Amino acid sequence: MNDIALYFRYTKISIKGQLEYRTSFVLQAAGQAILTATEFLGIWAMFSRFGQLRGWTLPEIAMFYGAINVAFSIADALSRGFDQFGNMVKSGDFDRLLLRPRSTVLQLIGQEVTIRKVGRLLQGIIVLAWAISAMHVGLSTGTAGLLLIAILSGVCLFTGLVILQATSAFWATESLEVWNAFTYGGVLMSQYPISIYRSWFRRFFTYVIPLACVTYYPILAVLNRMDPLGSVGWIQWVAPMAGILFLLIALQVWKIGVQHYRSTGS
Amino acid sequence: MPPQIIVEDLVKTYRIAQRDTGLLGSVRGLVRRQYRELGALDGVSFNIDAGELVGYIGPNGAGKSTTVKTLSGILVPDSGRCEVRGRVPWRQRVEHVAEIGVVFGQRTQLWWDLPVIESFELLRDIYRVPQERYKAASDELIALLDLGPLLDVPVRQLSLGQRMRCDLAAALIHQPPVLFLDEPTIGLDATSKLAVRDFVRGLCRDRGVTVILTTHDMDDIEALCDRVIVIASGKVLCDGSLDALRARVSRQRWLTVDLASVDIEVSDPDATVVRREGQRVCLGFDPQAVSPAELIARVTAKHAVSDLFVENPPIETIVARLYEAESGVATATT
Amino acid sequence: MNWMRPYLAVLSARFRSMLQYRAAAIAGLWTQVFFGMVNIMVYEAFYSSTDKQQPLTFAQVVSYVWLGQALLALLPWYADSEVRAIVRSGAVAYELCRPIDLYNLWFMRAMAWRTAPTILRAVPMVVLVMFVFPLIGLGEWRLHSPTLAAGLGFAAAITCTLLLSCAITTLMNISLMWTVSADGTVVMMNALVTIFSGMVVPLPLFPNWAQPVLMALPFAGLVDLPYRVYVGNILPGSIPLIIFRQLFWTVVLVLLGRWLMARGIRRIVVQGG
Repeated sequence: MNDIALYFRYTKISIKGQLEYRTSFVLQAAGQAILTATEFLGIWAMFSRFGQLRGWTLPEIAMFYGAINVAFSIADALSRGFDQFGNMVKSGDFDRLLLRPRSTVLQLIGQEVTIRKVGRLLQGIIVLAWAISAMHVGLSTGTAGLLLIAILSGVCLFTGLVILQATSAFWATESLEVWNAFTYGGVLMSQYPISIYRSWFRRFFTYVIPLACVTYYPILAVLNRMDPLGSVGWIQWVAPMAGILFLLIALQVWKIGVQHYRSTGS
Repeated sequence: MPPQIIVEDLVKTYRIAQRDTGLLGSVRGLVRRQYRELGALDGVSFNIDAGELVGYIGPNGAGKSTTVKTLSGILVPDSGRCEVRGRVPWRQRVEHVAEIGVVFGQRTQLWWDLPVIESFELLRDIYRVPQERYKAASDELIALLDLGPLLDVPVRQLSLGQRMRCDLAAALIHQPPVLFLDEPTIGLDATSKLAVRDFVRGLCRDRGVTVILTTHDMDDIEALCDRVIVIASGKVLCDGSLDALRARVSRQRWLTVDLASVDIEVSDPDATVVRREGQRVCLGFDPQAVSPAELIARVTAKHAVSDLFVENPPIETIVARLYEAESGVATATT
Repeated sequence: MNWMRPYLAVLSARFRSMLQYRAAAIAGLWTQVFFGMVNIMVYEAFYSSTDKQQPLTFAQVVSYVWLGQALLALLPWYADSEVRAIVRSGAVAYELCRPIDLYNLWFMRAMAWRTAPTILRAVPMVVLVMFVFPLIGLGEWRLHSPTLAAGLGFAAAITCTLLLSCAITTLMNISLMWTVSADGTVVMMNALVTIFSGMVVPLPLFPNWAQPVLMALPFAGLVDLPYRVYVGNILPGSIPLIIFRQLFWTVVLVLLGRWLMARGIRRIVVQGG
């Protein structure tokens, strides 16, 4: 069975297993939807008091918010295997993955598709849909495609971040929480256009962890809006590639990590 | 025919980070990490031909699991040569692991929440076994290990003995020519142990599977292995048949008696008291000097004995004796 | 003081087990400081978008944010995992055999589980954002120090926050007696606490029409009221009223908790655990 077919097999098994606890799933998904929606509630409250955010309006922010929440929730659902990898290293269960004639990445990605994360996904989609409906210019096929690519490359970027987090478990299992600043913190900061932040902050999240490339720049093009930072059109269309590049780099770092693990023993 | 498994001069040293205690120590630890070295393998060499059933024994920390990990391709040694079926395990991991099976006694490879049969089917897909071969192999394994009633049971509900039999089958779904068993009978009841032993013996004898068995259980070794490799402190001390090992170290066997009361002095011209715990006394004797039956007769005639059994000295004793014998020879030649 | 000894024992055990994870502590500190900075930058952008007067000044909001991060562990986020394990395994029966009132035991355990991690997180964070930030050019984002009156009032109010939080947590723990998979209630409580305590946005910044509702709920006393005492938004004269409100809700929830626990115990005893 080739890798893709095997991945779908893993996914089916994982989802079936989770659906056995149906009530728990529904409650948790609903709870998560409400909990994450409180963030947008807070944003709405701020806008109703302040009116605007350095020239940005609430529907525009809603697009940032919706896109990043959709991207993150998909990545979060797919990457639980890597998220829990610290425990796997500690218990020595990673050895078993190395004993199977398949790539470790495939086995970890296939480990679980956490369906209760659909809570955050749902509220993200709702907010995004509202944002699209509130657009002045509306979506063309081109910009719709760009939005989709932006979200997909956001999934790639967050997946890359979790893979980097898992790789660091080969060296230090206790401080994995460091990465939460970039994953959950990354979601928080990407809900707003990056132009509102200080310049050193912007630079880091454009060139090192390219969150701006998967949200800010492409969404500027989707909104057909002038960039207060002064970027031009084609950059905004190409920027999402950075997310995919980030994932590829993360996978290489993972390989290095596995090699280190095999040289030093557990 | 070149040997199926070639191991030559394997060396592996672990560097373990020192954890300082106390607040000051951990601050120091943040700045500069201190490492201590733990030698695991110190020039291990042996060859194994296809179809052999080899016992790999030694005290804890001897280097047994390090060797097995290296042979499986999980661990990269510091130096030395290793080939399994013509491949270097850690260099061609995917091709290599497709041809080996590994069973860890203390950890299952089955999926915890899934019925056993679904674990088997998933492994079939992971190892890319064609359906007809899978059907034949799994039918046979299920019959041999009596897994029929267990197939629909989730693994988490199995007893230890049932799980071990399922793990054995799982490791063989893809019909590997080489099988590593790491403590497969640990914690099992007597019936399960026998079932596992019978199965492994059949594998080797009828199907020509090469088996390397790592264990602390001397009864496993005696029941199964013609050849035994003893490792201690990262070095191979002895490599040959079990009898040769015993003969080399000592033919001694132990007669353990439970006395009716504590204060009885037990002695015999052909036996030495090896151990004494309250009412239990272990007498070491040479079976060639006095037969077990005769010794039993003599001891029970002289003392009131409530229970007795005859056993081999534990592997630790044999290995310890091996050490003494080795260093004895060494000092004699210097 | 004999009644304190079980509390001190549990507290000390919790401290010691947490000190083992020093690297994790530093990682957690870093994450929270990052979150704080992002939040502050967002407020900075909002505040610079308009000249209108707001219920809280930017400096007050900055301090509010840091207090929120530093004292995060004080809030009733989850039913304690220890309790979940105890109820699931049936070890609750053992707890009933101990010569101490079960509700008090659980309440004290809740206190220990809140106090220990809070102190371990708050102390380094306050040092960092109050004293180090000005030194590295982030003075505008520092935690401001309170006036004496505000500080004393805050100390009293935050103690009441601890009590209120423990009352809510113990209530959540007690709900585990009915359904071990109380995921629904816990997540719901999470959402309520998050929004209505002021952890998402300080309550005064919500629309004016919402203010009466927000002030009526018990959650305002967890975060919003004490923090506003600290930053000077609520004057020292109002502090007794604040404390009264916190204690009022605490007493209500304690009584509710004790009543529910009695029924829960009867249920477990009848069902056999």
